[in-house]
Amino acid sequence: MIEIEHVTKRYGSVTPVNDVSFSVQRGEIVGFVGPNGAGKSTTMKMLACLLPPSEGTAKIAGFDTVYESTDARRNLGYLPESVPLYDDMTVRSYLDYMGALRDVPKHDRARLVDAVIETVGVAEYRDRPIRTLSKGYRQRVGIGQTILHEPPVIILDEPTNGLDPAQMVEMRKVIKGLGKEHAVLLSSHLLSEVALICNRMVVISRGRIVGDGSMAELSKAANLGITATAEDIFMSLTGTSEAQGTHG
Amino acid sequence: MGKTFLIARREMIAYLTSPSVYIIAAVFTAIAGYFFVDGISVPFPEATVSPYAGAITLALVFIAPALTMRLFAEELRLGTIDLVMSAPVSEWQLTLGKYLGVLVPFVGMLALTSFLAGLFYWLGSPDSGPIFTAYLGLFLYGAAALAVGLWASSLTANQALAAVVGIGLLVLFSVTQLAAANTTGWIAESFQMISIVHHFADFRRGVFNLTDVAYYLSVTATFLFLCVRTLESRRWL
Repeated sequence: MIEIEHVTKRYGSVTPVNDVSFSVQRGEIVGFVGPNGAGKSTTMKMLACLLPPSEGTAKIAGFDTVYESTDARRNLGYLPESVPLYDDMTVRSYLDYMGALRDVPKHDRARLVDAVIETVGVAEYRDRPIRTLSKGYRQRVGIGQTILHEPPVIILDEPTNGLDPAQMVEMRKVIKGLGKEHAVLLSSHLLSEVALICNRMVVISRGRIVGDGSMAELSKAANLGITATAEDIFMSLTGTSEAQGTHG
Repeated sequence: MGKTFLIARREMIAYLTSPSVYIIAAVFTAIAGYFFVDGISVPFPEATVSPYAGAITLALVFIAPALTMRLFAEELRLGTIDLVMSAPVSEWQLTLGKYLGVLVPFVGMLALTSFLAGLFYWLGSPDSGPIFTAYLGLFLYGAAALAVGLWASSLTANQALAAVVGIGLLVLFSVTQLAAANTTGWIAESFQMISIVHHFADFRRGVFNLTDVAYYLSVTATFLFLCVRTLESRRWL
């Protein structure tokens, strides 16, 4: 559902994303992990048709993100990192508006909006203006907006960022529920966090893919034992200083 | 076309539920009212909308960008532009939606001043022709000024800066009239041709001139096109 092949993004002499390739199938929840500034958001923006790759191709549901952008976007639900929402709208009118922009027919909209409000657990706030919602609920509304039109591909940029532990547990449940019918790609800078939700992780560091697979496979790739913690694996793969120390 | 109206409707609701548009409308009608009274407070007053129509065009140099400044700048600042642009919405739909969303409240504001013209009918029997052309001119002038303001708003995430750029452009389009007064020959003519003020003169006098209509429509179309290109350029880099 998501195919990204040899994608490079260059800004002058800076290359935030360098020859990145991976794919995500339907029914998979893939974690896109890397330290801050590794190129996660840039890659996700390219998948969301907001930036063109300098080289390589990105495809959403088989549609090229540059040349068949409208079709690609029709098959996509995307939550940017900052969780932008229209603060002046109520939860319900916001979801209805985003649904209409994403081609949900009018006669289905009310039903789908109500269903999504239940799924992400914001039922008691449905008629409240979004500006009165707490961070955790804003995040839920943001996710609601990505799944409303039932897209085959869902891209979430740091969906659990800034949530308290209880909210994180709730959010994991919501995202796990999505993985049944959709192809989900979610980013995080915490491998341990992602390991709880995802069956597969793609690790990026300094714009390059340094690991792709399950927790056990990543551990093997990092030359660490089965007892290695997520942090050990993460630091080893991304070449963070502490891990380099243990490797000599 | 459906999404254009959808975006327009959202913007209209956002205008109607925010206090700023009511303040702007109050200032707008107050200016019109003042110059209406000013126009009839002369020894031999004429039943003409010309004095306050002229004042409105001047006021619009500031009021149009004040209305349009939030349209794109706010979305750029909040990042909601990424939501809209990752949805299957074209740049034209987005631009026209935003534009319609501000054009309708502007027409409403213009309609508020029409009671001043109504007073002429109540107190006497004015010549309807010039009143009609003046309002048509105000609509076209306003439509062009809003398009300029909308483009300014698409350039920056800072609303205040968007307003300043919009006002600056409209002032520039206005002062060419002064430049025309101080030059001669084809230079003066060229300055007049691009002056947003000059093209309003005929409407004020009650003359319907297609050149003037074409001028305002071209300015509107040009700036809406620039707006679409500015939005598209976000995808180029």
